[in-house]
Amino acid sequence: MSIDKETAARVAHLARIRVKDEDLPALAEEFNAILGFIEQLNEVDVEGIEPMTSVTPQRLKRRKDVVTDGNQQEKILANAPDAREGFFAVPKVVE
Amino acid sequence: MTDLNKLTIAEARDLLHKGDVTAVELTESCLSAIEGSNALNAFVHNTPEISREQAKAADARLKSGDAPAMCGIPVGIKDLFCTKGVLSQAGSAILEGFKPEYESTITRQLWDNGAVMLGKLNMDEFAMGSSNETSTYGDVVNPWRRGNDDAPLTPGGSSGGSAAAVAADLCLGATGTDTGGSIRQPAAFTGITGIKPTYGRCSRWGVVAFASSLDQAGPMTKSVRDAAIMLEAMAGHDPLDSTSSDLPVPNFEAALTGDINGKKIGIPKEYRMDGMPEEISKLWEDGTAMLKDAGAEIVDISLPHTKYALPAYYVIAPAEASSNLARYDGVRYGHRATLAAGEGIDDMYEKTRAEGFGAEVQRRVMVGTYVLSAGFYDAYYNRARRVRTLIKRDFEQVFAAGVDAILTPATPSAAFGLGEMADADPVQMYLNDVFTVTVNLAGLPGITVPAGLDKQGLPLGLQLIGRPWEEGDLLNVAHTLEQAVGFVSKPAKWW
Repeated sequence: MSIDKETAARVAHLARIRVKDEDLPALAEEFNAILGFIEQLNEVDVEGIEPMTSVTPQRLKRRKDVVTDGNQQEKILANAPDAREGFFAVPKVVE
Repeated sequence: MTDLNKLTIAEARDLLHKGDVTAVELTESCLSAIEGSNALNAFVHNTPEISREQAKAADARLKSGDAPAMCGIPVGIKDLFCTKGVLSQAGSAILEGFKPEYESTITRQLWDNGAVMLGKLNMDEFAMGSSNETSTYGDVVNPWRRGNDDAPLTPGGSSGGSAAAVAADLCLGATGTDTGGSIRQPAAFTGITGIKPTYGRCSRWGVVAFASSLDQAGPMTKSVRDAAIMLEAMAGHDPLDSTSSDLPVPNFEAALTGDINGKKIGIPKEYRMDGMPEEISKLWEDGTAMLKDAGAEIVDISLPHTKYALPAYYVIAPAEASSNLARYDGVRYGHRATLAAGEGIDDMYEKTRAEGFGAEVQRRVMVGTYVLSAGFYDAYYNRARRVRTLIKRDFEQVFAAGVDAILTPATPSAAFGLGEMADADPVQMYLNDVFTVTVNLAGLPGITVPAGLDKQGLPLGLQLIGRPWEEGDLLNVAHTLEQAVGFVSKPAKWW
C-alpha cells in the first residue's frame, strides 16, 4: 500500500488544506512512513473484538431538552475575522 | 524571605496559612522570575494585572480564615486552556488573537480555589509534538543543560512551557494536558512531577480539543504532594463535559501515607525494549528495588499488546484531530487568509488552514482524514479501535490479578537537543511516547516522578500507572518512590 502524489493531493483537498504542487511528493513520502508504521496493526488478531467507543464504561448523561443559554450574539461574534450586522461574513457561497 | 518562587505548593500553603508570607509577596517573586526568563520562552502571555488582583483577593480570603489549599498559589496555565479575555491560542497561528469570552472549567475551579494566574505557557501547536518545536511562539528551552555544554535542549512536549516554568521556579505549579504523554514526558525531561488522571476525572470543557477520547488535563508540580493538592482543585464533575465522571473527588493529599506495605507492583516485560539504554534499565531496576524495600510485592507481568499502542494511537489521535480541527476554517475566530479577486469559500478554507496550521498539525489532520476516508475507515480506524480494546483489556487482566500499580520508565531517553530530530522521519519523534501512550488508550491514571540523573547530568523519570479512579493510591506509591529516591537536583541558573 503506497500513497502517490495524486492521493496526497486528494487527501489535502478533503482536509481543506492547500498544498503546493511541488510539496506533494514529500508529503506522500511522509504519509507512507506513517502508514507503514500503522500497518503493524494488521498483525493483531482482532476477530470478535469490539471497537472501543468509550474508554470509561459510562452512559452519557441526559438532561431535559430545554434552552439553558443564549442571547450572547456579541460575545459569539467578538472573535470573528469578519462580522457584519450580527452575522459571520464569508465570501459569496451561492451565485 | 527571598526566593519565594522556589517554594513548593505545600510549603507556600503552610506559610500563607500561618501568615508568614502573603500571596502578594509570593506572586511578586514569581513575576520577577518570569521577567528574567525570556531565554526559556516558557511564558508567552503574561497577565501581571490579573495576578496582582487575584493575589490581593487571596490575601483577603486567607485573612478571613477560610481559604482552600490552593488559595494564593501562583500558577501558570498551558495555552490550550481557554481563559476569559486572555489570549488562548493553543500554540497555533490559526488562533492568532483569540481571546475567549469564557473560562475553562479547570481554570475556573483553580480561581474559585483562590489560585493566582501568572500567564499562559508555551506548548506544541494544538498539543501535537514531543519537543515543543511546533509552537507558533517558537521553541521552549529546557532549563537543564548537559553539564557545561550550552547547547539548548528540549523540555519535551507538548506541555513543554509548563514543564520548563515549573523546573525553573517561575511558578509553583502549572496545568498541563496529556493525550499520549504530553504531561509525563516533559515532566520527566525537566525533573518534575506530572500526573495524567483517569480519563473523565478533570473536565475537558474549555480546553482546546486535540483527540477527545484521549485528552486529559492534570497538574505539573515540584513534588507528588503538590500534584495531589493541585489535582484536587482541578478535578470533579462538570455537566458541561458529558465524559466527565460524577464520582466524588477524594482528599488526594490525605492518601499520602507513605505506607505501601503489601501493595503489588507490576513490572511489565514488554516495556523492556530492545536497545534500551543501560541508564534507563538501571533506573528502572533501582526504582523497583526501592518499592520492594518499602514493603511492596514486586510481580512480573505481561501487557502483550504494548507494541501496538503507538500505531493504534497514530490512527485514533489523528482521526479525532482531523474532526476536532475542522472548526478552524477562518469563519468564527482566529486567522483568515486574504483572498484574491474571484476566490470563493473553498479557497478561503484551504488557504486559511495552509497558512494557519504548522507542518506537524497539517500532517496529522491529513493522516486523520485519510484513515477516516471511504474505503479505509474499517482497515485503519476500526482496526485501531479494536486494538485499543485489547490494550485496555491487558491492563484490566493485570489489575484483576491483584496488581495495584505498574512501574515503567517514563521515556526512552533523557532530553535531546532542540533541532536534533529535525531530519528524522515523524515516526522517530513519535517513539518518545512509547511508554506513556498505552495509559491514554486505556484511560488510566499515570504519573512520572524524577528518579535520577544520567551521565550528562540530565534528569530521568519513572512512571507509575494506577487503577482507574484510584489516583489517591497511585499518588501514595509515587510519594513513597519519591521519598526513597530523594531527588533534589535543580538546573543551574543560566537564563
